[in-house]
Amino acid sequence: MTTITETMARDHRHCDEFFAEAEELISQGDWEQGRAKFNEFRDATENHFSMEEGILFPKFEQRTGQTMGPTQMMRMEHTQMRQLLADMEAAVTHEDDERYLGLSETMMMVMQQHNMKEEQMLYPMTDQVFAGDAEATLQEMKML
Amino acid sequence: MLNTASLSLDQAPPISIPFRFFLTAPLFGLVAGLLLLVYGPTLFLTRWAPMTLGLTHLITLGMLAMVMCGALLQMLPVLAGSPVPAVVMVGRLCHLLITVGAGLLVSSFITGSGIANALSLSLLGAGVFLFFIAVAVALLRVKQVTHTVTAMRLAVIAFLFTLVLGLLLGSGVLSKVGFGHIAPLVDVHLGWGVLGWIGLLLIGISYQVVPMFQVTPEYPMLMRRFLAPVLFMALVVWTLLMLAAIFSLIGDFIPTLWMFLVLPGFMLYAVVTLRLQQQRKRRIPDITMKFWRIGMFSILFSSAVWIIGNVSTVVANSPQYHLLLGVGLIAGAGVSVVNGMLYKIVPFLSWFHLQNRQLSLMCMTVQVPNMKEFISDKAARYQYNVYVASLFLLFAAVTKPEWFAHMAGLVFLLSNIMLFRNLVIAMSRYYTTNQALLSYAVDSDK
Repeated sequence: MTTITETMARDHRHCDEFFAEAEELISQGDWEQGRAKFNEFRDATENHFSMEEGILFPKFEQRTGQTMGPTQMMRMEHTQMRQLLADMEAAVTHEDDERYLGLSETMMMVMQQHNMKEEQMLYPMTDQVFAGDAEATLQEMKML
Repeated sequence: MLNTASLSLDQAPPISIPFRFFLTAPLFGLVAGLLLLVYGPTLFLTRWAPMTLGLTHLITLGMLAMVMCGALLQMLPVLAGSPVPAVVMVGRLCHLLITVGAGLLVSSFITGSGIANALSLSLLGAGVFLFFIAVAVALLRVKQVTHTVTAMRLAVIAFLFTLVLGLLLGSGVLSKVGFGHIAPLVDVHLGWGVLGWIGLLLIGISYQVVPMFQVTPEYPMLMRRFLAPVLFMALVVWTLLMLAAIFSLIGDFIPTLWMFLVLPGFMLYAVVTLRLQQQRKRRIPDITMKFWRIGMFSILFSSAVWIIGNVSTVVANSPQYHLLLGVGLIAGAGVSVVNGMLYKIVPFLSWFHLQNRQLSLMCMTVQVPNMKEFISDKAARYQYNVYVASLFLLFAAVTKPEWFAHMAGLVFLLSNIMLFRNLVIAMSRYYTTNQALLSYAVDSDK
């Protein structure tokens, strides 16, 4: 049986890869490929957020009756990251590598500690709460 | 049981708590550099010289323990999901007690003043004990016991052992009760301080931050699960063997032989860390990682020195042997990693606090600087280069003190001035942005 923890953690690694590649290309001044990679990173991240905000979090809240708990915290961190993503996108548009690299450093820290919290606490909690329905939830998220 | 409170950010202490520890560390480094600049070669005669002991404690207490305590108070809510009780009071008090205590301890080593010694031991005892109690409460309350939390728990116990042994040694209690052999007990104090407190904390923190900073694979599961507990138990056994050797129940060579089994654990940690960093996905140059890499090589280098010293009596009998180990472990491993970590922790905390405030105010007119706008890569790189030069000079000073000791002091002093400057710039940038956000809040309230 695939767990939510495994699947979602794998998706995190997938985003990390795009992130690292975009950062490296931009640090080398390759804006053409860097921009393409950044877009892939942004889209993958946005897709991950919407799987969580659209399906995983509401279902979790429904079952636990908690709306102000960890999911709320995760949403707030998504807001932080969306703001950073927007700033990074502006830096890509202006081809400002110094600014991009400062933002990406910040993004990396926020993203990694956010992922850590999800992978070590929230996802295992959802696997526990959903139990037998975990797989069905995963299927639903993939449809997005 | 659902553990929801642990994801809350409200529990993080105000930024002034960790910052005061971080800002104090380079000041102690500065004094250490000054001492070395002025007294030069006399500090490299033997590890037992009072002034050398003073210099050692300037660095171990003033720089390493200072940053480690500040970082633990800050990171426990984030890394372990458990806040330190009364963190503001504990943080202020510990900082004051440890700072003044460390300062007095060093001056008592140098001047031989009995009053300074007594006072420093009571202040350090109170400061470290308070820190231990507060952090122990937080660590015991952790619900999700990760491998990092386990290592932290053991490291903090090791810190307490180090303190107790230090107090016993410093107060002269041991010689009064007829303890003839003080030297092996100093080694036990050192073992718990360097391998236990610094070593285990470093290992535990690495599990979290090495994959996080460089996007590397995780440390192997077996290692995460067993390394820190095994090393801790090995240190306990080693201490018992040392005691048995002191009372002539067993030969002196037995604890040494045991250490041959302990050391590979630390070498394994260093090798695995270097290997993980090689596999990192994030390829862009990173100053923290460079500092970290020097730390790992220093662990390997010091282990090699220790092994040679225990195989060859010629090496073991030369005073340089222990000094080389000291420079390798305390500066090469300890100071390098701590210095490097500051370049991630300080900018990130600054950004994090400001961005939270900005979001809660919904204020988009004040821009929060990004991490590299708090400390620029260039400024960090310059300091790194100067630091590396100072480390090489310190190693050189061990072999040729009369040539290199003064110079090592000068460059170490310079490196700490630069570090201090970089941290002050970051903090003042934090302060001005915070002021702008606060005045926005006041304006919008009108």
